[in-house]
Amino acid sequence: MKTIKVSLKYPLNSITTPLVSTLVKRFNVEVNILHANISLNKIGTLIADITGEEKDIDAALDFIVKQDGIRYKIFSNKLIWQEEDCVHCGACTAVCPSNALTMNRETWCLEFSKEKCLVCGLCTKACPLNVMSLQA
Amino acid sequence: MQKTIEEINERIRSGKAVVFTAEEIISVVEEKGLKKAFEEVDVVTTGTFGPMCSSGMFINFGHSSPPIRMNRVWLNDVPAFAGLAAVDAYIGATEQSERLGMQYGGAHVIEDFINGKDIVLYAESYGTDCYPRKDIKTTINKNNVNQAYMFNPRNCYQNYAAATNSTDKIMYTYMGTLLPEFGNVTYSTSGELSPLINDPEYRTIGIGTKVFIGGAQGYVAWEGTQHDPGQERLENRVPISGAGTLALIGDAKKMSGRYIRAAVYEKYGVSIFVGVGIPIPVLDEDILLKTTVRNRDIQTVLVDKSGKEDLNIRVNYEQLRSGFVEIRGRKVPTAPLSSLKFAREIASELKRQIQTGEFILTEPVERLRNDGRRLNKLEEREVRL
Repeated sequence: MKTIKVSLKYPLNSITTPLVSTLVKRFNVEVNILHANISLNKIGTLIADITGEEKDIDAALDFIVKQDGIRYKIFSNKLIWQEEDCVHCGACTAVCPSNALTMNRETWCLEFSKEKCLVCGLCTKACPLNVMSLQA
Repeated sequence: MQKTIEEINERIRSGKAVVFTAEEIISVVEEKGLKKAFEEVDVVTTGTFGPMCSSGMFINFGHSSPPIRMNRVWLNDVPAFAGLAAVDAYIGATEQSERLGMQYGGAHVIEDFINGKDIVLYAESYGTDCYPRKDIKTTINKNNVNQAYMFNPRNCYQNYAAATNSTDKIMYTYMGTLLPEFGNVTYSTSGELSPLINDPEYRTIGIGTKVFIGGAQGYVAWEGTQHDPGQERLENRVPISGAGTLALIGDAKKMSGRYIRAAVYEKYGVSIFVGVGIPIPVLDEDILLKTTVRNRDIQTVLVDKSGKEDLNIRVNYEQLRSGFVEIRGRKVPTAPLSSLKFAREIASELKRQIQTGEFILTEPVERLRNDGRRLNKLEEREVRL
């Protein structure tokens, strides 16, 4: 079993494809949607974790590219937080879209959830101390 | 009944002083009552650790042989102000590197200096009869300069407006990254732990008050720039937005890189986190009462940083710290910009230093101005040459 993080780009008018349910039913993978912004007549994006056997994930990705115009990108980056240099100010939490970066409201320490991270990189720019970076 | 600072200092010297942080004192007074707590408590410590742009450091480099009257100075490629005597300069925290731009600035020079690193000094001069030399390139560090002291014209803002963004575009500001359409709210004070919020009318914090600054002991030198005591206040005398400020001075050679940290705000520029802790001597019951202020009793205004909308919204720090505030019926996430974790550490460290007699309080030599005068605006006047 492995998990990959993918970003799917939906072209205009492709919302009729029941993509996620097909992936789950036909390819026996779990799809955890982390972020989705899909609507009529707009280019849509969906970011998800896909978990399953390697061959099932490969087959699922093959299926995705055969859909009309849907493209995927696998996130190979990961977010590196240099915790020892962090002052826990909280500026990164202002921009984190998935609540992967949050303040502990007792200790007021920054907390990072790798699972929730979209690897979007917004925090790397918002951090005034430059302790957040993306690594391949 | 009243106490004097000298009486409190006697208790500090004998190791008997009773000290609490401004967070701890709330429950102490709640449990014991104001009168009994006043009899027992000597000092309340406050703390803050946030970006304070109006900061910088004076340095005297010492004279070279042959000597130079430096009139342009760069430290690690960051311009320093040299319009002073021959080998004096002031490096401002927000000044940017000529080569690297806002990735490295005066704040980084100060942090590197405090951490004991070598700094490249380059200086130019037009040459004079008594100072013939025209340029010099060398390295300096905290062991080989004569003096290096931070003089920060404005630190410790007494409260500060929270920020949001009404436009449809992301805004990069000194209040952090503000997401479009009221996507977030940022705020920056340590609330009930903040120095001037615990002494709202400057009854004990004045010129000459000894403070913890950047890990060293320093002093309040003057009222800070933009000191605005006439700001509207609540019944508890806490102002509803930026009000009093402090000009602070402290020996950079004795500071710690833990409490002075360079910062870069995306597409805005360089700033510096300054750690400040200020002791409040409990001289009477009113002074003690004011230190029991709670986050819910501290309000601040919410400002649209695009300047497009007058929101007319006030929020308190309990709401800000809950993670959400309401803007026009919508829950909007909040994020702090100053570190409460470090502010707590500073208040606790100051408490420890007072308990162990390492930190003796000073009597202010003059009170800070506390009148109704408001800030002047910069008007564009006709210039006749």
